[in-house]
Formats: sequence, structure tokens, C-alpha cells
Amino acid sequence: MKSIVSVFARDRKGIIAYVTNLLAEKDINVLDISQTLMQEYFAMIMLVDLADCPLSFDELSQYLQERGEERGLAIHIQRQDIFDAMHRI
Amino acid sequence: MSYLLNSEDILQTIRMIDQQHLDVRTITMGLSLFDCADPDLSVCCSKIYEKICRRAGHLVETGKQIEREFGIPIVNQRISVSPIAMIAGSSRADSYVPAAEAMDRAAKEVGVNFIGGFSALVQKGATASDEILMRSIPEALSSTERVCASLNIGSTKAGINMDAVAEAGRIIKQTAALTAAADGLGCSKLVIFCNAVEDNPFMAGAFHGPGEPECVINVGVSGPGVVHSALQECQGQSFDVVAETIKRTAFKVTRMGQLVAKEASRRLGVPFGIVDLSLAPTPAVGDSVARILEAMGLETCGAHGTTAALALLNDAVKKGGIMASSHVGGLSGAFIPVSEDEGMIAAARSGRLSLEKLEAMTCVCSVGLDMIAVPGDTSAETISAIIADEAAIGMINNKTTACRLIPAPGKTVGDTVHIGGLFGDAPVMAVNPASSDAFIRRGGRIPAPIHSLRN
Repeated sequence: MKSIVSVFARDRKGIIAYVTNLLAEKDINVLDISQTLMQEYFAMIMLVDLADCPLSFDELSQYLQERGEERGLAIHIQRQDIFDAMHRI
Repeated sequence: MSYLLNSEDILQTIRMIDQQHLDVRTITMGLSLFDCADPDLSVCCSKIYEKICRRAGHLVETGKQIEREFGIPIVNQRISVSPIAMIAGSSRADSYVPAAEAMDRAAKEVGVNFIGGFSALVQKGATASDEILMRSIPEALSSTERVCASLNIGSTKAGINMDAVAEAGRIIKQTAALTAAADGLGCSKLVIFCNAVEDNPFMAGAFHGPGEPECVINVGVSGPGVVHSALQECQGQSFDVVAETIKRTAFKVTRMGQLVAKEASRRLGVPFGIVDLSLAPTPAVGDSVARILEAMGLETCGAHGTTAALALLNDAVKKGGIMASSHVGGLSGAFIPVSEDEGMIAAARSGRLSLEKLEAMTCVCSVGLDMIAVPGDTSAETISAIIADEAAIGMINNKTTACRLIPAPGKTVGDTVHIGGLFGDAPVMAVNPASSDAFIRRGGRIPAPIHSLRN
């Protein structure tokens, strides 16, 4: 299943490294990545593939949220379908 | 599959959800109870309880699961059932309150906050069981927590049943009296319709019409906050731009609703019915239909121009939504429930939004005089007359109209009725003090209009 991971935080060094590491630990492949800076805020959007991830969606969602909070990052994961539905005809 | 990540689109969706109150307002399971009829009402009630628990047992959990996976809030899961007057009619009972209690127990068991369908369709006349149901409404609404009742007292095809209109006024007064300790709370669970629809997912007026399948999933979307935000981008621009902006926004909101509806239908193994394209407000700041109208350039909702603004909004929401869903139904229009809309509450408090203006607004939107508190000493006849006016608008204009009025016991103009939760707070609004008693006492039927003869 393909999903979108979004990360919001105050910008500083090492955010991408930290998040991609979390994903790699759970056997999740990153298919695409995009980041923007809005003033001092960092927003990163990643398209990921959960095919090999051993966790259920709920467990993964909770894992990312908790590990994100440890570093002051808001990490959310949502299924890709919702963005496709809203923005593609 | 190749996928080009468009981060601007994704961020827009996330903003809509996080900051602009975008949500799916309700996933409503429509359920036929026709196989629950029984000569013994207590057996009928057991069948009702058992069937609701069996079919809707996974409804709430499925909604929560979709919410977590898609990251879109799903505010309510609800159930609508066949009009109880049709189900309990084969029993010899003289009160249908036990059926309401069975519905209430089942709703609590499966975890839904409302269940609709304690209803009768009496637009042309009442059967013996319709009469019993109507007499049972005040006690049913005061002795249960989650049951919603509705009556259809008129239609474009049948005209208006003025005997039922007179009865509805008395029912509303009795319901208010029986729930006086809670400011007449029972009346917020009772809707009097003209041209009621059979697939409405929104409470309190939802029931599962006799033309509906065995079981169906209907979804109501929302998003006044999203439309309001989008309009902030077109300040000072022409109505052409305003209409186009609303259409684009409604399209996106509805596509999200369609996705959720399809997903819920698949997971529950229940056919998908319709998406209802309504803009449903909540008392939360930033989730108001009144504020959308004000964003078009009105100082306060209720100012001259409000009806035109609402007409544009309602039409653009439908035009944007229609292509986004495979089946559109329900009420599909902007709701203007006074107590459930922060901007409407403010406008009513300031005295700039009157009952008369709201009546005019109902000519161009769904649904009607919704969640309006009137003085506690308003007579049953005056309430009936308000219902008759509203039904006439529906009958002549071929649209659904409804009344949900709360004659709050002991309250008068200037007071506030505290209903709480999604129902919000309602400032008591003035009604015309002149008597309509003799008009209501006539009874009989107002004939169907000439344009009902289309064959």
C-alpha cells in the first residue's frame, strides 16, 4: 500500500536523516520526497511503499507519531488515495 | 505506478483538515426493518434490537479505522431505519414508545450517537398506526436519549395535510413540556418535513425510506470552513469568481466524501447509496455557513442580500459536487440551523437575523427553519402555522423544507437555550404575536399545486 508521510517542524539539521532512518528500520521504501521551507518552518512530504512493512497501519502511525514527538516533529501518515481523490480527476 | 508528488496539493488537503475543519460529517447506515413486524410489539422490539445490533455492529469501528488510515476526521456514525409507524403497525399496541426504547438500546450497544426513523409519512393522511406513532412521539423523545423522530406532513404531489400540521404543533409543545428541565431538548430531535427524502444521512431527519434497499451506506460531507477560507482569497472580486471558487472547493470536498463512502461500503459489505452534498455547520468557530455569506460582503448574516448570497452558495456547492460523486442524494444544500452555527447565533443575538429572514432564506437552500428557539409561551397553533408556511414553500417550489422548532419552556426573547454538543446554543427568537388559531382549526388538506400534475 502506498501512503503519504508528512513531517512538520521548526527547521534544523538532520530531520530528513532521522525520518528516513525511522522508515528504513521498518522496511519502508521511500518512492518520492519533497520539502519546502515556509518561513522557519520545515514541511516534508514523502511517498512511501508499505509492502514490506511488518507493522499494521495503526501501529506504524503510532510509532511514527511517538518517535517524531521525541524530536519535536509532527509526523503523520495517511493513505495516498485521499490526495488522489481530491486533486485528480 | 509512477506518481508525481505534488506537495502543494497535499499541503492544501492537510491544511483543510487541520485548520479549516474539513471532515466527513456522518456515515449513516440505512436499514430496513420491514422483516421485524410482528403482531406482538415486544417481539417486534426484540427483532428491531437484534437486527440493528447485527447489521451495524461494525459500523463505528469501521468509521474509526477509515479515519485513522486516511487521516480524515469522521465526526459521526449513525443509523436510519424504516419509518416505525410502518413496522409497528401490524401490532395491536396503543403506544410505540417501546419501539423507540429498543432503538435507543441498540444505538447504545453499537455506539452510534443518533438513530433516526421514529417516523410517519402522513402527507396525504394518517393511518391508524401513524396516529399511534404521532401520539407516542413526546414520550418517546423524553424517555430515550438517541432516538430521532420525523413526520412528513406535505409534498408537492399530495399537498399539505393540515390535520397533521395541527397535530405537529401539539406534539412539539408536549415534547418541550416533557423535556422542560433540559430547555425543551426533545424538540431538537424532531423534524417536521414537507417533501422528505428517503436517503437523508443527516440527523435528526434521517429515516430509511420504503423505496430503499435492505441496507445501504449514505455519507454526508461538510466543509463550511474550507469554503470560507477559499473565499478569503477572492476578496473584492466579482460573483463569477466567487461561484467558481465555491464550485472547485465543493468538488474536492465531495470527492473526499465519495472515497470514504466507497471505502465504508466495501469494508462493511453494504451497498453504497448516496453522498449528500450539504454544507453542514457546527457551533465551532470557523465552521459556519453564516460566515461564508458574510465573506461575500455582508456585514451580518440577515442583512439585505443574504438570500441572494445563500442562493449562489447553495447552487455552486451542488454544481461543484455533482461531478465528484457517482450518486448524489439526500438533502444536498447548505444547512442553516441557527443553534448549530456560530455565525447564525451571533447574527440572531444582534437582532439582525429574524425568523422572517430565515424563512426567506429557506426558499433557496436546504432545509428549513432549523434549530430555532422560540418563546416558551408560543401556542401550538402558532407553531403549526409556522410549519404550514414552511411546508407551503416546499410544496410550491418542489423542494424539501423542514421545521425543527424549540418552544423552550419558561424562556422568552433575549434568553438563550442551552442544548449542548453539536446542537449548540440557540438565542430565543421573536414570533409574530398575531393569532393563527382559526386558520389552524380548519383542518383538512391544502390541495396539491397545479404543477404537481406533470403526467
